[in-house]
Amino acid sequence: MAWKDGGTIGVALGFYLIVVTLLPLGLGPDLNLLSRIAPGLLWVALLLSALLSLGRLFESDLEDGSLDVLATGPLPLEAVAAAKSLAHWLTTGVPLAALAPALGLLLNLQPDAYAVLVATMLIGTPAISFIGSVGAALTLRTRRGGLLLALLMLPLFVPTLIFGISAISAALTNSEAYGPSLLILGAISLAAVALAPVATGAALRFQLQ
Amino acid sequence: MKLMAEAVSVMRGDRMVVTHLSFGVEAGEALVLVGPNGAGKTTLIRCIAGLLRLSAGQIRLEGAQPERTLGEECHYVGHLNGVKASLTVEENATFWSRYLGGASEQIEPALATFGLVAARDIPAAYLSAGQRRRLALARLLLAARPVWLLDEPAVSLDQAAQQVLTTVVDAHLATGGLVVAATHAPLGFARSRELQLGVAAMAA
Repeated sequence: MAWKDGGTIGVALGFYLIVVTLLPLGLGPDLNLLSRIAPGLLWVALLLSALLSLGRLFESDLEDGSLDVLATGPLPLEAVAAAKSLAHWLTTGVPLAALAPALGLLLNLQPDAYAVLVATMLIGTPAISFIGSVGAALTLRTRRGGLLLALLMLPLFVPTLIFGISAISAALTNSEAYGPSLLILGAISLAAVALAPVATGAALRFQLQ
Repeated sequence: MKLMAEAVSVMRGDRMVVTHLSFGVEAGEALVLVGPNGAGKTTLIRCIAGLLRLSAGQIRLEGAQPERTLGEECHYVGHLNGVKASLTVEENATFWSRYLGGASEQIEPALATFGLVAARDIPAAYLSAGQRRRLALARLLLAARPVWLLDEPAVSLDQAAQQVLTTVVDAHLATGGLVVAATHAPLGFARSRELQLGVAAMAA
């Protein structure tokens, strides 16, 4: 299906790039420090970049009336929400995860961590898109919804963040120990994919009132 | 097939917009909602489409397939056109055709009916208000649905396009379709009945 996305991915990628390049400038040229904080930095910056485009997830559909017509369509709004979240993941989560190794290079991330870095991001970002869609639907009619969205949703991303970073740290210290963290990350994402569309659909239905 | 509304009441905010309203629309008939601004025309249409919840009463479609909701039997053309500015005319039509479960052969005639063939490759952002309206109305012809809900359908349409709209609606009525339309200007549908809204509410 031709799900339409505005050109927000460029903004998200650019934001990611700039945040990650600016932070070392602020922290000074200590390579050991940078490589130690690189996993956390990459993950937090990814989260913020993804949030940038999440706010627009349903906004244009509400503005131009598409949401009304989508609601009268043969698919329940839950399925619409799932499709939109999946589209967001494919157009934002995946490109951001693909950009991460290049940025890891900037931060002097140890070479053995790259594979795990990309793996955690690919496994973890669906949770961001799907949980974030709930927030996007809830803040749909509020002015300055983007800020509220960040406030509401960032706490919910804490588990993803913790296990994403712990997997990378584990890979840096002991190359075998990242398995469990990766599995929990996958579990969080799967739960989000299964449950979030239901909440998003209900929130969208409420927004149409 | 018959659309039945029984003792329908709708609250918007703290205000009763529609109070204890009952009506029926037979197959092949158009119900034209008239009334002053704020009388509840749009509210009623959105209720039929299933977008708004009723406070009391019920609306149902007799003789419809039981596994489909009322909203799925309806084409809804509201104030907003549901047209994506960054897609071309044809891409818009193709998307809605697929989503609403229409056949792809119907896209071409639908665009032709509303005079959009020449504009098919133009992004919808460059269309005039009337052309966007026509694109929204073309959705009616993309998939077959028995109930058409039209909220001010003739807004920003020129004389010729209004004539096309009347012809299209009359053809729909002739094949046993139902139409509920809200309007201020007369639409000139063949078999139509008027329902005056909001007189009691305004007086109260």
